[in-house]
Amino acid sequence: MVIFSVYVVNKAGGLIYQYDNYVPRAEAEKTFSYPLDLVLKNHDEKVVVSFGQRDGIRVGHAVLSINGVDVQGKNTADGKDTLEYLKDPANYPVSIRFGRARLSSNEKLMLASMFHSLFAIGSQLSPDVGSSGIEMLETDVFKLHCFQTLTGQCELFDQNLKGALEIAEKAGNFGAGS
Amino acid sequence: MTVHNLYIFDRNGSCLYYNEWNRKKQAGISKDEEFKLMYGMLFSIRSFVSKMSPLDMYPSQARPVSACLPVCLSACLCLSACLCLPPCQSVVLSSLSVLRKEGFMSFQTSKYRLHYYETPSGLRFVMNTDLSVPNARETLQHIYSSLYVEYIVKNPVCVLGQSLDSELFSSRLDSFIRGLPFYSPRAA
Repeated sequence: MVIFSVYVVNKAGGLIYQYDNYVPRAEAEKTFSYPLDLVLKNHDEKVVVSFGQRDGIRVGHAVLSINGVDVQGKNTADGKDTLEYLKDPANYPVSIRFGRARLSSNEKLMLASMFHSLFAIGSQLSPDVGSSGIEMLETDVFKLHCFQTLTGQCELFDQNLKGALEIAEKAGNFGAGS
Repeated sequence: MTVHNLYIFDRNGSCLYYNEWNRKKQAGISKDEEFKLMYGMLFSIRSFVSKMSPLDMYPSQARPVSACLPVCLSACLCLSACLCLPPCQSVVLSSLSVLRKEGFMSFQTSKYRLHYYETPSGLRFVMNTDLSVPNARETLQHIYSSLYVEYIVKNPVCVLGQSLDSELFSSRLDSFIRGLPFYSPRAA
């Protein structure tokens, strides 16, 4: 069992603690020539792939670095706009690293509050009396467990459910750090 | 072991069908509001899951080793499948053989479990059962393929996108639900 991350949310829905134990990052670095066959767009202060898929690069992946230098939000390390930079044929061939964007602290705060509301709605829409909020949420790649203490603070953590095709053994049962 | 209720939503969020079998507590709001709240909650859960998911929601061709390591858990699932119900096992096998994006599948609270299935055309099936039902995904898939497609889509009188008022569909769905192995008429 692998624990990905732990979030501790207070009664009001605000994130008070967050710990990333293991964050698998699927990244792909490729060298491209002009014109770029992926369509990129600005989204939430990041440049993401909006259309096009090749070699492990998927829709939703963000541009992580250009020519080995990490990008700063929408701009390259030099401060130039990334999309403008990639429109200029003089800059090619260019090596770009794509991957799942890391969550910023702000996004984590938003996700924690979002979960808090979903937890409450789950209890309200219950077809049975006396239901708590969401205790376990299951997707095909991870499981999210939520524990509500008597004082009303809610602790969530992700846990992986299914993997990919290659078998890789790794024993890991890390306790939640708090 | 029981099924509480079933919702069918279309891709725009309107509730096409709702029926309940063993519901003990109403939501305290009107049905329309409840449908909107349910749809909104599911929409938010899906976007929450896609943002929070540590891995891509669909496996890629050449997965880096670091991203596929948690398969040790699927090995554990295989072992525990002997003890658990067969659907668990088929879910594990299907994950290894069928590369299909599923995303959010179900959640559970202390009293009920909500199962979710979305078709590629955007139709959403939501079923609330009690906690003893581990995975109703195949049930929902069956409802879609054998009941919805057969009695609604192939029905020239039924207009897709509007409320499903086919009596044949309702009665077949009702008898299917009552015939499910995890449905018992006596409320627990």
